[in-house]
Amino acid sequence: MNFNGTILKSEKLAEDIYFLRLKSGAIPENAVPGQFVNIKCGNGLDAYLRRPISILRANPSENTFDIVYMIRGKGTRLLSCVECGGTVDCIGPLGKGFTLPEKGEKICVIGGGIGIFPLLFLLERSVEVKKTAFLGFRTKELIVLQEDFEKASDKMVISTDDGSYGINGLITKPFSEYMETEKPDRVYTCGPVPMMKAVAEICIEKGIFCEVSMEQRMGCGIGACLVCACRVRHNDDYDYERICRDGPVFNAEKIIF
Amino acid sequence: MDLSVNIAGLKLKNPIIAASGTFGFGREFSGFFDLNLIGGISVKGLTLKPRKGNSPPRIAETPAGILNSVGLQNPGVEAFIRDEIPFLRRFDTCIITNIAGNTVDDYCRMAEILSEADIDAIELNVSCPNVKEGCLMFGSTAEGISNVTAAVRKVCKKPLIVKLSPNVTDITKMAKAAEDSGADCVSLINTILGMAIDINSRRPILGNIMGGLSGPAVKPVAVRMVYQVSKAVKIPVIGMGGISNAEDAVEFLLAGASAVMIGTAGFVNPYVWVETAEGIKQYMEKHGFEKVSDITGALLD
Repeated sequence: MNFNGTILKSEKLAEDIYFLRLKSGAIPENAVPGQFVNIKCGNGLDAYLRRPISILRANPSENTFDIVYMIRGKGTRLLSCVECGGTVDCIGPLGKGFTLPEKGEKICVIGGGIGIFPLLFLLERSVEVKKTAFLGFRTKELIVLQEDFEKASDKMVISTDDGSYGINGLITKPFSEYMETEKPDRVYTCGPVPMMKAVAEICIEKGIFCEVSMEQRMGCGIGACLVCACRVRHNDDYDYERICRDGPVFNAEKIIF
Repeated sequence: MDLSVNIAGLKLKNPIIAASGTFGFGREFSGFFDLNLIGGISVKGLTLKPRKGNSPPRIAETPAGILNSVGLQNPGVEAFIRDEIPFLRRFDTCIITNIAGNTVDDYCRMAEILSEADIDAIELNVSCPNVKEGCLMFGSTAEGISNVTAAVRKVCKKPLIVKLSPNVTDITKMAKAAEDSGADCVSLINTILGMAIDINSRRPILGNIMGGLSGPAVKPVAVRMVYQVSKAVKIPVIGMGGISNAEDAVEFLLAGASAVMIGTAGFVNPYVWVETAEGIKQYMEKHGFEKVSDITGALLD
Protein backbone atom coordinates (compact mmCIF):
# COMPACT_ATOMS: atom_id res chain seq x y z
CA MET A 1 0.00 0.00 0.00
CA ASN A 2 3.07 2.22 0.24
CA PHE A 3 4.11 3.65 -3.11
CA ASN A 4 6.30 6.30 -4.55
CA GLY A 5 4.33 8.28 -7.08
CA THR A 6 6.20 10.07 -9.82
CA ILE A 7 4.80 13.48 -10.68
CA LEU A 8 3.87 13.57 -14.39
CA LYS A 9 2.00 16.84 -14.33
CA SER A 10 1.81 19.69 -11.88
CA GLU A 11 -0.42 22.69 -12.39
CA LYS A 12 -1.56 25.67 -10.37
CA LEU A 13 -5.34 25.88 -10.78
CA ALA A 14 -6.00 28.93 -8.62
CA GLU A 15 -4.39 30.81 -5.77
CA ASP A 16 -2.97 28.13 -3.46
CA ILE A 17 -4.79 25.32 -5.32
CA TYR A 18 -2.65 22.77 -7.13
CA PHE A 19 -3.27 19.80 -9.42
CA LEU A 20 -0.93 16.81 -9.51
CA ARG A 21 -0.93 13.79 -11.81
CA LEU A 22 1.03 10.91 -10.31
CA LYS A 23 2.19 7.65 -11.82
CA SER A 24 2.27 4.95 -9.21
CA GLY A 25 1.91 1.32 -8.24
CA ALA A 26 -1.46 -0.14 -7.37
CA ILE A 27 -3.23 3.07 -6.41
CA PRO A 28 -4.91 3.83 -9.80
CA GLU A 29 -6.09 0.26 -10.25
CA ASN A 30 -7.63 -0.03 -6.80
CA ALA A 31 -8.92 3.46 -6.11
CA VAL A 32 -12.66 4.09 -5.93
CA PRO A 33 -14.39 7.49 -5.69
CA GLY A 34 -14.30 8.93 -2.18
CA GLN A 35 -11.01 7.34 -1.19
CA PHE A 36 -7.85 9.25 -0.34
CA VAL A 37 -4.08 8.92 -0.34
CA ASN A 38 -1.91 9.77 2.65
CA ILE A 39 1.11 11.74 1.51
CA LYS A 40 4.43 12.45 3.21
CA CYS A 41 4.92 16.04 2.12
CA GLY A 42 8.20 16.96 3.79
CA ASN A 43 11.36 15.01 4.34
CA GLY A 44 12.05 13.55 7.76
CA LEU A 45 10.77 15.62 10.63
CA ASP A 46 9.55 18.57 8.58
CA ALA A 47 5.74 18.51 8.52
CA TYR A 48 5.97 15.26 10.40
CA LEU A 49 2.65 13.56 9.69
CA ARG A 50 1.31 12.47 6.33
CA ARG A 51 -1.43 14.61 4.76
CA PRO A 52 -4.64 12.91 3.63
CA ILE A 53 -5.70 14.16 0.19
CA SER A 54 -8.73 12.86 -1.69
CA ILE A 55 -8.35 11.29 -5.09
CA LEU A 56 -9.67 13.43 -7.95
CA ARG A 57 -9.51 10.74 -10.61
CA ALA A 58 -7.81 7.43 -11.28
CA ASN A 59 -6.82 6.13 -14.67
CA PRO A 60 -5.79 2.46 -14.38
CA SER A 61 -4.93 2.07 -18.08
CA GLU A 62 -2.32 4.83 -17.79
CA ASN A 63 -1.40 3.80 -14.24
CA THR A 64 -1.97 7.36 -13.04
CA PHE A 65 -4.11 9.15 -10.50
CA ASP A 66 -4.81 12.83 -9.96
CA ILE A 67 -5.16 14.88 -6.81
CA VAL A 68 -5.95 18.51 -6.16
CA TYR A 69 -5.02 20.14 -2.91
CA MET A 70 -5.01 23.55 -1.32
CA ILE A 71 -2.02 24.95 0.49
CA ARG A 72 -3.25 25.15 4.05
CA GLY A 73 -0.02 24.81 6.01
CA LYS A 74 3.56 23.69 6.02
CA GLY A 75 2.94 20.20 4.60
CA THR A 76 0.93 21.19 1.57
CA ARG A 77 3.37 24.07 0.94
CA LEU A 78 6.23 21.57 0.80
CA LEU A 79 4.21 19.34 -1.52
CA SER A 80 3.76 22.27 -3.90
CA CYS A 81 7.54 22.54 -4.17
CA VAL A 82 8.03 19.03 -5.59
CA GLU A 83 8.68 19.41 -9.29
CA CYS A 84 7.65 17.29 -12.28
CA GLY A 85 9.62 14.09 -12.41
CA GLY A 86 10.03 14.13 -8.65
CA THR A 87 8.51 11.47 -6.46
CA VAL A 88 6.00 11.63 -3.65
CA ASP A 89 5.66 9.01 -0.90
CA CYS A 90 2.00 7.92 -0.87
CA ILE A 91 0.00 5.35 1.06
CA GLY A 92 -3.29 4.39 -0.50
CA PRO A 93 -5.90 4.12 -1.66
CA LEU A 94 -7.37 4.45 1.84
CA GLY A 95 -10.83 4.65 3.35
CA LYS A 96 -14.33 3.70 2.32
CA GLY A 97 -15.64 5.41 -0.80
CA PHE A 98 -19.05 6.37 -2.16
CA THR A 99 -21.71 3.81 -3.03
CA LEU A 100 -21.83 3.99 -6.83
CA PRO A 101 -25.25 4.52 -8.39
CA GLU A 102 -27.01 1.86 -10.42
CA LYS A 103 -27.54 2.29 -14.15
CA GLY A 104 -30.57 4.43 -14.97
CA GLU A 105 -30.57 6.25 -11.65
CA LYS A 106 -30.64 9.99 -11.13
CA ILE A 107 -27.96 11.40 -8.86
CA CYS A 108 -26.98 14.74 -7.48
CA VAL A 109 -23.65 15.90 -6.05
CA ILE A 110 -23.21 18.99 -3.87
CA GLY A 111 -19.69 20.18 -3.26
CA GLY A 112 -18.26 23.21 -1.54
CA GLY A 113 -14.76 24.67 -1.99
CA ILE A 114 -12.04 22.06 -1.91
CA GLY A 115 -14.66 19.45 -1.06
CA ILE A 116 -15.65 19.19 -4.73
CA PHE A 117 -12.71 16.99 -5.79
CA PRO A 118 -13.82 13.49 -4.75
CA LEU A 119 -17.19 14.27 -6.36
CA LEU A 120 -15.58 14.59 -9.81
CA PHE A 121 -14.22 11.06 -9.50
CA LEU A 122 -17.71 9.88 -8.54
CA LEU A 123 -19.34 11.64 -11.50
CA GLU A 124 -16.80 10.25 -13.95
CA ARG A 125 -17.28 6.72 -12.65
CA SER A 126 -21.08 6.90 -12.68
CA VAL A 127 -22.13 5.62 -16.10
CA GLU A 128 -25.57 5.62 -17.69
CA VAL A 129 -26.75 7.80 -14.85
CA LYS A 130 -28.43 11.20 -14.95
CA LYS A 131 -26.13 13.55 -13.09
CA THR A 132 -26.60 17.03 -11.62
CA ALA A 133 -23.73 18.87 -9.94
CA PHE A 134 -24.08 21.77 -7.50
CA LEU A 135 -20.78 23.46 -6.76
CA GLY A 136 -20.26 26.30 -4.34
CA PHE A 137 -17.22 28.53 -4.07
CA ARG A 138 -16.30 31.55 -1.99
CA THR A 139 -15.52 33.68 -5.02
CA LYS A 140 -14.99 33.50 -8.80
CA GLU A 141 -11.19 33.22 -8.57
CA LEU A 142 -11.48 29.97 -6.63
CA ILE A 143 -13.61 28.19 -9.24
CA VAL A 144 -11.57 25.28 -10.56
CA LEU A 145 -12.13 22.29 -12.84
CA GLN A 146 -15.33 23.81 -14.20
CA GLU A 147 -14.93 22.12 -17.59
CA ASP A 148 -14.24 18.73 -16.08
CA PHE A 149 -17.39 18.93 -13.97
CA GLU A 150 -19.39 20.18 -16.94
CA LYS A 151 -18.25 17.22 -19.01
CA ALA A 152 -18.92 14.72 -16.23
CA SER A 153 -22.46 15.90 -15.47
CA ASP A 154 -25.69 16.53 -17.37
CA LYS A 155 -26.45 19.75 -15.54
CA MET A 156 -24.23 21.95 -13.45
CA VAL A 157 -25.07 24.80 -11.09
CA ILE A 158 -22.40 27.06 -9.64
CA SER A 159 -22.77 29.58 -6.86
CA THR A 160 -20.37 31.99 -5.19
CA ASP A 161 -20.72 33.37 -1.69
CA ASP A 162 -19.97 36.90 -2.93
CA GLY A 163 -22.01 36.67 -6.12
CA SER A 164 -18.97 37.18 -8.38
CA TYR A 165 -20.03 34.21 -10.54
CA GLY A 166 -23.16 32.10 -10.97
CA ILE A 167 -25.84 32.18 -8.35
CA ASN A 168 -25.25 34.65 -5.53
CA GLY A 169 -25.04 32.92 -2.15
CA LEU A 170 -24.62 29.49 -0.69
CA ILE A 171 -25.01 26.44 -2.93
CA THR A 172 -27.56 24.96 -0.52
CA LYS A 173 -30.08 27.51 -1.81
CA PRO A 174 -30.31 26.28 -5.44
CA PHE A 175 -29.99 22.72 -4.15
CA SER A 176 -33.00 23.02 -1.86
CA GLU A 177 -35.00 24.67 -4.66
CA TYR A 178 -34.10 21.79 -6.97
CA MET A 179 -35.17 19.32 -4.31
CA GLU A 180 -38.62 20.88 -4.17
CA THR A 181 -39.40 19.59 -7.65
CA GLU A 182 -36.89 16.82 -8.32
CA LYS A 183 -36.38 13.52 -6.59
CA PRO A 184 -32.89 12.11 -7.22
CA ASP A 185 -32.17 8.50 -6.28
CA ARG A 186 -28.92 9.41 -4.58
CA VAL A 187 -27.31 12.54 -3.24
CA TYR A 188 -23.61 12.86 -2.44
CA THR A 189 -21.97 15.75 -0.64
CA CYS A 190 -18.53 16.91 0.41
CA GLY A 191 -17.46 20.29 1.74
CA PRO A 192 -17.98 22.54 4.73
CA VAL A 193 -19.86 20.93 7.62
CA PRO A 194 -22.78 23.43 7.64
CA MET A 195 -23.35 22.71 3.94
CA MET A 196 -23.26 18.95 4.40
CA LYS A 197 -25.53 19.22 7.43
CA ALA A 198 -28.11 21.21 5.44
CA VAL A 199 -27.95 18.74 2.53
CA ALA A 200 -28.25 15.77 4.88
CA GLU A 201 -31.30 17.26 6.60
CA ILE A 202 -33.12 17.85 3.33
CA CYS A 203 -32.39 14.32 2.09
CA ILE A 204 -33.27 12.61 5.36
CA GLU A 205 -36.58 14.47 5.52
CA LYS A 206 -37.42 13.35 2.00
CA GLY A 207 -36.13 9.83 2.53
CA ILE A 208 -33.48 10.15 -0.16
CA PHE A 209 -30.25 8.15 0.01
CA CYS A 210 -27.46 10.55 0.92
CA GLU A 211 -23.75 10.05 1.54
CA VAL A 212 -21.42 12.61 3.11
CA SER A 213 -17.65 12.71 3.01
CA MET A 214 -16.24 13.80 6.38
CA GLU A 215 -12.96 15.44 7.28
CA GLN A 216 -10.90 15.56 10.46
CA ARG A 217 -7.24 15.84 11.50
CA MET A 218 -5.74 12.38 11.04
CA GLY A 219 -2.85 10.49 12.56
CA CYS A 220 -2.05 7.15 10.95
CA GLY A 221 -4.72 7.30 8.21
CA ILE A 222 -5.28 3.54 8.39
CA GLY A 223 -7.53 3.14 11.43
CA ALA A 224 -5.07 2.28 14.17
CA CYS A 225 -4.70 5.47 16.18
CA LEU A 226 -8.34 6.55 16.62
CA VAL A 227 -7.68 10.28 16.37
CA CYS A 228 -9.91 11.16 13.39
CA ALA A 229 -13.08 10.47 15.32
CA CYS A 230 -16.50 11.24 13.91
CA ARG A 231 -19.61 11.22 16.08
CA VAL A 232 -22.19 8.74 14.77
CA ARG A 233 -25.58 7.56 15.97
CA HIS A 234 -25.49 4.37 17.97
CA ASN A 235 -28.85 3.05 19.23
CA ASP A 236 -30.16 5.96 21.34
CA ASP A 237 -26.68 7.20 22.04
CA TYR A 238 -23.57 8.19 20.10
CA ASP A 239 -20.31 6.48 19.31
CA TYR A 240 -17.12 7.50 17.53
CA GLU A 241 -16.07 5.97 14.23
CA ARG A 242 -12.82 6.45 12.36
CA ILE A 243 -13.04 8.82 9.43
CA CYS A 244 -9.96 7.29 7.81
CA ARG A 245 -11.15 3.69 7.96
CA ASP A 246 -14.92 3.55 8.58
CA GLY A 247 -15.24 6.64 6.32
CA PRO A 248 -14.49 9.18 5.01
CA VAL A 249 -17.82 8.48 3.30
CA PHE A 250 -20.73 7.81 5.65
CA ASN A 251 -24.44 7.49 5.17
CA ALA A 252 -25.88 10.88 6.16
CA GLU A 253 -28.37 9.30 8.56
CA LYS A 254 -25.52 8.02 10.66
CA ILE A 255 -23.74 11.30 11.29
CA ILE A 256 -24.35 13.53 14.27
CA PHE A 257 -23.30 16.91 12.90
CA MET B 1 23.07 -13.51 16.17
CA ASP B 2 20.56 -13.59 18.97
CA LEU B 3 17.90 -10.88 18.93
CA SER B 4 15.68 -12.54 21.52
CA VAL B 5 15.15 -11.06 24.94
CA ASN B 6 13.62 -12.44 28.08
CA ILE B 7 11.94 -9.85 30.23
CA ALA B 8 10.42 -11.02 33.47
CA GLY B 9 9.35 -14.33 31.99
CA LEU B 10 8.19 -12.72 28.79
CA LYS B 11 10.09 -14.19 25.85
CA LEU B 12 10.34 -11.83 22.89
CA LYS B 13 11.87 -12.96 19.59
CA ASN B 14 13.30 -9.48 19.21
CA PRO B 15 13.25 -6.35 21.36
CA ILE B 16 10.73 -4.51 19.17
CA ILE B 17 7.24 -4.00 20.58
CA ALA B 18 4.42 -1.93 19.11
CA ALA B 19 3.50 0.77 21.65
CA SER B 20 0.02 0.88 23.09
CA GLY B 21 -2.41 3.30 21.50
CA THR B 22 -0.62 3.51 18.18
CA PHE B 23 -1.23 0.03 16.86
CA GLY B 24 -4.89 -0.71 17.65
CA PHE B 25 -5.19 -4.46 18.03
CA GLY B 26 -2.81 -5.15 15.17
CA ARG B 27 -5.35 -5.56 12.39
CA GLU B 28 -4.57 -2.38 10.45
CA PHE B 29 -0.79 -2.77 10.38
CA SER B 30 -1.08 -6.47 9.51
CA GLY B 31 -1.95 -5.20 6.02
CA PHE B 32 1.54 -3.68 5.79
CA PHE B 33 3.84 -6.26 7.35
CA ASP B 34 3.89 -9.71 8.87
CA LEU B 35 3.18 -9.35 12.59
CA ASN B 36 5.31 -12.46 13.20
CA LEU B 37 8.34 -10.24 12.65
CA ILE B 38 8.00 -8.23 15.85
CA GLY B 39 8.61 -9.24 19.45
CA GLY B 40 5.31 -8.07 20.83
CA ILE B 41 2.28 -5.85 20.59
CA SER B 42 1.04 -3.71 23.44
CA VAL B 43 -2.59 -3.35 22.48
CA LYS B 44 -4.73 -0.22 22.63
CA GLY B 45 -5.38 0.70 26.29
CA LEU B 46 -8.33 -1.25 27.66
CA THR B 47 -10.83 -0.30 30.32
CA LEU B 48 -13.30 -2.48 32.20
CA LYS B 49 -16.26 -1.09 30.28
CA PRO B 50 -16.23 0.25 26.71
CA ARG B 51 -15.08 3.87 26.48
CA LYS B 52 -16.01 6.37 23.80
CA GLY B 53 -13.02 8.67 24.15
CA ASN B 54 -12.71 12.44 23.91
CA SER B 55 -14.24 14.98 21.54
CA PRO B 56 -12.27 15.67 18.37
CA PRO B 57 -9.97 17.14 17.22
CA ARG B 58 -7.77 14.59 18.95
CA ILE B 59 -4.47 15.33 17.28
CA ALA B 60 -2.23 18.33 16.68
CA GLU B 61 1.03 18.25 14.80
CA THR B 62 3.88 20.00 16.63
CA PRO B 63 7.57 20.34 15.73
CA ALA B 64 8.91 16.78 15.26
CA GLY B 65 5.95 15.27 17.01
CA ILE B 66 2.27 15.15 17.76
CA LEU B 67 -0.12 15.85 20.60
CA ASN B 68 -2.98 13.40 21.03
CA SER B 69 -6.03 13.40 23.23
CA VAL B 70 -7.82 10.21 22.21
CA GLY B 71 -8.91 9.49 25.77
CA LEU B 72 -8.74 5.70 25.80
CA GLN B 73 -11.44 4.93 23.25
CA ASN B 74 -11.74 1.14 23.41
CA PRO B 75 -14.35 -1.64 23.30
CA GLY B 76 -13.71 -2.84 26.87
CA VAL B 77 -11.79 -5.82 28.15
CA GLU B 78 -14.48 -8.45 27.49
CA ALA B 79 -14.92 -7.46 23.85
CA PHE B 80 -11.15 -7.45 23.45
CA ILE B 81 -10.91 -11.02 24.71
CA ARG B 82 -13.79 -12.18 22.53
CA ASP B 83 -13.04 -10.30 19.31
CA GLU B 84 -9.33 -9.49 19.23
CA ILE B 85 -7.33 -12.25 20.94
CA PRO B 86 -8.27 -14.88 18.32
CA PHE B 87 -6.92 -12.58 15.60
CA LEU B 88 -3.72 -11.72 17.49
CA ARG B 89 -3.07 -15.36 18.32
CA ARG B 90 -2.73 -16.15 14.63
CA PHE B 91 0.71 -14.58 14.95
CA ASP B 92 3.73 -15.70 16.89
CA THR B 93 4.18 -12.45 18.80
CA CYS B 94 3.64 -11.56 22.46
CA ILE B 95 0.34 -9.97 23.42
CA ILE B 96 0.75 -7.33 26.08
CA THR B 97 -2.54 -5.94 27.35
CA ASN B 98 -2.40 -2.34 28.40
CA ILE B 99 -5.07 -1.61 31.03
CA ALA B 100 -6.35 1.62 32.56
CA GLY B 101 -8.83 2.14 35.35
CA ASN B 102 -10.69 4.79 37.29
CA THR B 103 -10.21 2.94 40.57
CA VAL B 104 -7.82 0.37 42.05
CA ASP B 105 -10.72 -2.07 41.88
CA ASP B 106 -11.02 -1.54 38.12
CA TYR B 107 -7.37 -2.44 37.62
CA CYS B 108 -7.69 -5.53 39.83
CA ARG B 109 -10.86 -6.72 38.12
CA MET B 110 -9.23 -6.41 34.69
CA ALA B 111 -6.06 -8.13 35.86
CA GLU B 112 -8.16 -11.01 37.19
CA ILE B 113 -10.07 -11.35 33.96
CA LEU B 114 -6.95 -11.09 31.79
CA SER B 115 -5.02 -13.55 33.97
CA GLU B 116 -7.43 -16.19 32.72
CA ALA B 117 -7.17 -15.03 29.10
CA ASP B 118 -4.71 -16.11 26.43
CA ILE B 119 -2.36 -13.15 26.71
CA ASP B 120 1.31 -12.87 27.67
CA ALA B 121 1.64 -9.87 29.95
CA ILE B 122 -0.24 -7.00 31.52
CA GLU B 123 0.92 -3.42 31.25
CA LEU B 124 -0.58 -1.17 33.91
CA ASN B 125 -1.32 2.17 32.36
CA VAL B 126 -1.02 4.64 35.23
CA SER B 127 0.12 7.39 32.93
CA CYS B 128 -2.54 8.34 30.39
CA PRO B 129 -2.75 12.15 30.50
CA ASN B 130 -6.04 12.30 28.60
CA VAL B 131 -8.64 10.99 31.03
CA LYS B 132 -10.06 12.87 33.97
CA GLU B 133 -10.38 10.10 36.53
CA GLY B 134 -7.88 7.50 37.70
CA CYS B 135 -4.95 6.54 35.54
CA LEU B 136 -2.43 9.38 35.82
CA MET B 137 -3.88 10.17 39.24
CA PHE B 138 -2.28 6.89 40.38
CA GLY B 139 0.82 7.38 38.30
CA SER B 140 1.79 10.81 39.50
CA THR B 141 2.77 9.85 43.03
CA ALA B 142 4.90 7.01 44.38
CA GLU B 143 2.14 6.21 46.87
CA GLY B 144 -0.44 5.92 44.11
CA ILE B 145 1.79 3.62 42.07
CA SER B 146 2.47 1.46 45.14
CA ASN B 147 -1.21 1.10 45.94
CA VAL B 148 -2.34 0.09 42.49
CA THR B 149 0.69 -2.11 41.73
CA ALA B 150 0.51 -3.99 45.03
CA ALA B 151 -3.22 -4.57 44.68
CA VAL B 152 -2.93 -5.81 41.08
CA ARG B 153 0.09 -7.97 41.93
CA LYS B 154 -2.06 -9.98 44.35
CA VAL B 155 -4.48 -11.03 41.62
CA CYS B 156 -2.28 -10.92 38.51
CA LYS B 157 -0.93 -14.23 37.25
CA LYS B 158 0.87 -12.75 34.25
CA PRO B 159 4.11 -10.80 34.01
CA LEU B 160 3.29 -7.31 35.24
CA ILE B 161 4.67 -4.20 33.55
CA VAL B 162 4.01 -0.74 34.97
CA LYS B 163 4.01 2.04 32.37
CA LEU B 164 5.35 5.25 33.85
CA SER B 165 4.49 8.86 33.21
CA PRO B 166 7.17 11.46 32.55
CA ASN B 167 4.88 14.10 34.08
CA VAL B 168 6.38 13.69 37.55
CA THR B 169 9.13 15.37 39.57
CA ASP B 170 11.34 12.28 39.89
CA ILE B 171 10.58 9.28 37.71
CA THR B 172 13.08 7.05 39.53
CA LYS B 173 10.92 7.24 42.67
CA MET B 174 7.92 6.07 40.62
CA ALA B 175 9.94 3.21 39.16
CA LYS B 176 11.15 2.14 42.61
CA ALA B 177 7.62 2.26 43.96
CA ALA B 178 6.54 -0.06 41.14
CA GLU B 179 9.47 -2.42 41.76
CA ASP B 180 8.91 -2.53 45.52
CA SER B 181 5.23 -3.29 45.02
CA GLY B 182 5.82 -6.30 42.84
CA ALA B 183 6.14 -5.07 39.24
CA ASP B 184 8.19 -7.38 37.01
CA CYS B 185 9.16 -4.59 34.65
CA VAL B 186 8.62 -0.90 33.98
CA SER B 187 7.97 0.72 30.60
CA LEU B 188 8.60 4.39 29.94
CA ILE B 189 7.85 7.03 28.88
CA ASN B 190 4.19 7.62 28.28
CA THR B 191 3.43 10.94 26.58
CA ILE B 192 4.41 14.33 27.97
CA LEU B 193 1.48 16.60 28.74
CA GLY B 194 1.41 19.42 26.22
CA MET B 195 -0.78 21.95 24.46
CA ALA B 196 -1.06 23.71 21.10
CA ILE B 197 -3.07 26.78 20.19
CA ASP B 198 -4.51 27.94 16.87
CA ILE B 199 -3.58 31.62 16.99
CA ASN B 200 -6.12 32.61 14.34
CA SER B 201 -9.16 31.16 16.06
CA ARG B 202 -7.53 31.76 19.49
CA ARG B 203 -8.64 28.30 20.54
CA PRO B 204 -6.75 25.20 21.67
CA ILE B 205 -6.31 22.84 18.70
CA LEU B 206 -7.32 19.78 20.70
CA GLY B 207 -10.94 19.27 21.68
CA ASN B 208 -9.68 18.24 25.11
CA ILE B 209 -7.45 21.37 25.33
CA MET B 210 -4.34 19.45 26.45
CA GLY B 211 -2.85 16.25 25.11
CA GLY B 212 0.11 13.90 25.22
CA LEU B 213 3.23 14.74 23.24
CA SER B 214 4.98 11.91 21.40
CA GLY B 215 7.32 11.52 18.45
CA PRO B 216 10.97 12.44 17.88
CA ALA B 217 10.56 15.65 19.93
CA VAL B 218 10.39 13.66 23.18
CA LYS B 219 13.30 11.31 22.51
CA PRO B 220 16.09 12.99 24.51
CA VAL B 221 13.79 13.30 27.52
CA ALA B 222 12.87 9.63 27.20
CA VAL B 223 16.48 8.45 26.82
CA ARG B 224 17.43 10.43 29.91
CA MET B 225 14.59 8.92 31.94
CA VAL B 226 15.33 5.38 30.78
CA TYR B 227 18.97 5.94 31.77
CA GLN B 228 18.03 7.20 35.24
CA VAL B 229 15.42 4.52 35.86
CA SER B 230 17.60 1.61 34.76
CA LYS B 231 20.24 2.73 37.23
CA ALA B 232 17.64 2.99 40.00
CA VAL B 233 15.85 -0.37 39.68
CA LYS B 234 16.87 -4.00 39.21
CA ILE B 235 13.83 -5.04 37.17
CA PRO B 236 14.03 -4.75 33.38
CA VAL B 237 13.08 -1.53 31.63
CA ILE B 238 11.23 -1.18 28.34
CA GLY B 239 12.17 2.11 26.72
CA MET B 240 10.10 4.25 24.42
CA GLY B 241 9.60 7.83 23.29
CA GLY B 242 10.24 9.08 19.79
CA ILE B 243 11.98 6.02 18.35
CA SER B 244 11.95 6.22 14.55
CA ASN B 245 14.76 3.89 13.49
CA ALA B 246 17.39 1.44 14.68
CA GLU B 247 19.82 4.15 15.77
CA ASP B 248 17.19 5.56 18.09
CA ALA B 249 16.36 2.09 19.42
CA VAL B 250 20.01 1.33 20.13
CA GLU B 251 20.27 4.58 22.09
CA PHE B 252 17.54 3.32 24.41
CA LEU B 253 19.19 -0.11 24.75
CA LEU B 254 22.51 1.51 25.61
CA ALA B 255 20.73 3.71 28.13
CA GLY B 256 19.60 0.55 29.87
CA ALA B 257 16.43 -0.66 28.17
CA SER B 258 16.00 -4.39 27.56
CA ALA B 259 13.43 -3.82 24.83
CA VAL B 260 11.81 -0.87 23.11
CA MET B 261 8.36 0.17 22.09
CA ILE B 262 7.70 2.13 18.91
CA GLY B 263 4.50 3.99 18.17
CA THR B 264 4.14 7.42 16.64
CA ALA B 265 6.78 6.83 13.96
CA GLY B 266 4.53 4.11 12.53
CA PHE B 267 1.99 6.77 11.50
CA VAL B 268 4.54 8.10 9.05
CA ASN B 269 6.37 4.89 8.23
CA PRO B 270 4.17 1.81 8.68
CA TYR B 271 7.20 -0.45 8.33
CA VAL B 272 9.20 1.19 11.13
CA TRP B 273 8.96 -1.81 13.47
CA VAL B 274 10.45 -4.34 11.06
CA GLU B 275 12.99 -1.88 9.68
CA THR B 276 14.16 -1.16 13.23
CA ALA B 277 14.56 -4.86 14.02
CA GLU B 278 16.63 -5.28 10.84
CA GLY B 279 18.71 -2.22 11.62
CA ILE B 280 19.54 -3.46 15.11
CA LYS B 281 20.92 -6.63 13.51
CA GLN B 282 23.20 -4.54 11.33
CA TYR B 283 24.36 -2.54 14.34
CA MET B 284 25.16 -5.78 16.18
CA GLU B 285 27.17 -7.04 13.23
CA LYS B 286 29.09 -3.81 12.93
CA HIS B 287 29.87 -3.56 16.63
CA GLY B 288 30.38 -7.24 17.37
CA PHE B 289 27.41 -7.88 19.64
CA GLU B 290 26.38 -11.56 19.71
CA LYS B 291 23.25 -11.01 21.74
CA VAL B 292 20.98 -7.99 21.69
CA SER B 293 20.77 -8.24 25.46
CA ASP B 294 24.48 -7.39 25.57
CA ILE B 295 23.71 -3.92 24.22
CA THR B 296 21.49 -3.23 27.21
CA GLY B 297 23.41 -0.97 29.52
CA ALA B 298 26.60 -1.23 27.42
CA LEU B 299 26.91 2.54 27.66
CA LEU B 300 30.43 3.67 28.43
CA ASP B 301 29.87 6.37 31.00
